[in-house]
Amino acid sequence: MVAPLLEVKDLHVSVADTPILKGVDVTINPGEVHAVMGPNGSGKSTLANVVAGRPGFVATQGEILYQGQSILQMRPDERARAGIFLALQYPVELPGIRNREFLRTAFDALRESRGEPKIAIRDFNKMLEAKAAELDLDPDMMKRNVNEGFSGGEKKRNEILQLSVLDPKMALLDETDSGLDIDALKVVADGVNRFRAPEKGILLVTHYQRILNYITPDFVHVLIGGRIVRSGGRELALELESRGYEWLREEAPAEASA
Amino acid sequence: MVTQKEPKVISRTSEVDADYKWGFFTDIEMDMAPKGLNENIVRLISTKKNEPEWMTDLRLKAYRYWIRLNYEEPKWAKISHPPIDFQDAYYYAAPKKKEDLPGSLEEVDPDLIEAFNKLGIPLEEQKKLTGVAVDAVFDSVSVATTFQKQLEEAGVIFCPISEAIEKHPDLVKKYMGSVVPYTDNFYAALNSAVFSDGTFCYVPPGVKCPMELMTYFRINAEGTGQFERTLIIADNGSYVSYLEGCTAPMRKTNQLHAAVVELIAEEGAEIKYSTLQNWYPGDKEGRGGVYNFVTKRGKCAGRDSKISWTQVETGSAITWKYPSVILQGDNSVGEFYSVALVNNHQQADTGTKMIHIGKNTKSTIVAKGISAGKAQNTYRGLVRIQPGAENARNYTRCDSLLIGPNCGAHTVPYIEVKNPTAHLEHEATTSRVSEDQLFYLMQRGINEEDAQYMIINGFCKNVFAELPFEFAMEASQLLKVSLEGTVG
Repeated sequence: MVAPLLEVKDLHVSVADTPILKGVDVTINPGEVHAVMGPNGSGKSTLANVVAGRPGFVATQGEILYQGQSILQMRPDERARAGIFLALQYPVELPGIRNREFLRTAFDALRESRGEPKIAIRDFNKMLEAKAAELDLDPDMMKRNVNEGFSGGEKKRNEILQLSVLDPKMALLDETDSGLDIDALKVVADGVNRFRAPEKGILLVTHYQRILNYITPDFVHVLIGGRIVRSGGRELALELESRGYEWLREEAPAEASA
Repeated sequence: MVTQKEPKVISRTSEVDADYKWGFFTDIEMDMAPKGLNENIVRLISTKKNEPEWMTDLRLKAYRYWIRLNYEEPKWAKISHPPIDFQDAYYYAAPKKKEDLPGSLEEVDPDLIEAFNKLGIPLEEQKKLTGVAVDAVFDSVSVATTFQKQLEEAGVIFCPISEAIEKHPDLVKKYMGSVVPYTDNFYAALNSAVFSDGTFCYVPPGVKCPMELMTYFRINAEGTGQFERTLIIADNGSYVSYLEGCTAPMRKTNQLHAAVVELIAEEGAEIKYSTLQNWYPGDKEGRGGVYNFVTKRGKCAGRDSKISWTQVETGSAITWKYPSVILQGDNSVGEFYSVALVNNHQQADTGTKMIHIGKNTKSTIVAKGISAGKAQNTYRGLVRIQPGAENARNYTRCDSLLIGPNCGAHTVPYIEVKNPTAHLEHEATTSRVSEDQLFYLMQRGINEEDAQYMIINGFCKNVFAELPFEFAMEASQLLKVSLEGTVG
């Protein structure tokens, strides 16, 4: 039995003193892809963000273990260097910081934390160019400021480019599929599938089952009112597609369905 | 080659404030005038410099004007400081020299060479900065100027202003005071009376200066004011890029620095003037530091001329400085790119004036202010379109970034338009380092301090892009050092 990569245990999270997650349990083993689905406001994004350590997402109860260690006291950069990656639902613009420099600084920060020397700029740029091509991103975008003037689809593909370059162990994808047309969706899904490996874990937060046509999950969890009300396999997503969330909402405890 | 003896440079950095690595003091024998200011001191300075009578007279005129101002400093800037006792300062301090005239490097005290080495400005032949000619000014006097010969071959005059007064009196007479007259303001009058040294540069018609010119200003002695005078003339169709760097030792008392810089660009000429100002800013409680009260102005005298100011201001307890351009020639261009960073108790009131006189004149202002600690940062600018300035254009952008809850940013733009064909744009923003940006960078593995620095550096990016490459790197470093400890 392999040790789990990520264990979320009885996790309660508040944002601005409002309880959002009310006791969530998820265990992700190496090699597994977990999809977290649910209606708007159910706490899906909160789950991804709290694991990444985003300020403002306060764990009031429970535990998050990463490779067996509690990470609740770790800063976001420490979690990142330990191998946790969050693809943001709304990628942030960074004026005056070029995509290429941003990624190389991050890449070197990760290498440094592993005691490895900095990468030669030429080697990095070469690798970056190849990876950008895989995601159908214009090489010129590497010289532009991070996300500045990028289209919605470009921003999301840029997140997956970062995933691909930084090569973490645990990827949290927060609605990376939303706002993408079908072609962009395929490109993003291909990128995630290339990342998929026996030693990696993926937590894929999504509103629609559409992306699961391209990324086959091992587990699907339905989050409603801050609790996981149902877990299953791939077929659960399809059932949601045809039946919506209502029938599960009825199964959720009354106070959580508000 | 100088004989290498045990350097006497004493590093007192650690005793006072370890954050300012330029804070050492060089223990060197000085030639100093008595404290205080009166006509005799003005005459003494002039005599010390073997000046001709016309120069002495100019100084005295300025002094008499200044004394009539009755110690009334300009009060309109958003700065505050205890009254300055102008009689409690030395107005002349020079390192003692073996010879009277600056000549070859052999005559320069090795302690001075060592001091400049420590500042990263090597003056010795084999270590000189490549492609940059340096005039090193230590307290009141220029100690060495590198690459003199190469510049002479190109016809470029680059020398201490005291030397120019002696060797090129016609040029000095014609241009000195033509852009900043001694009646301009309190500090300009003071400077005109007691200026000690500074840099003179003349680029003859059609010559593109073959290298960057640089003056490195160093305040060393205690209780001295520094009053340098810079005069740069680009004759018809010429080009010159000039840089200045400034540092001072750490002192618990304030030191006054009141410089005057005049630039003249004749027809089709271009002057690019870059400053890295890193005078000692004072300690964390706001004790000590340099009062940097500077008048800088350029005149685009001829058609199609251009003057571009780029400044990175991270030092000084107080900065009071408005590098300006008078756009007199038709089609002339004025630019001002500025990063002003204040931390702890620093105060900066800085900006520019663009005076459009000629037709089709264009000006661009990009000012970035960063405030941290308890510091106050003010952008103050004037764009004036005179009645004859048909089709004048101005673009102004002022961005302020706040770090922490106790600092302030203020923007005071004045616009005076007297010609209806003018076209002006003004944009201004005030923001904080956003938590979302910080998280994004940290989520990728970058620590908080580096992340914050990257965001701030990005904020300054389009100003740094105007600096020559090496100086852009240095500016970036300065920013990082000046911000140390503001995170968390």
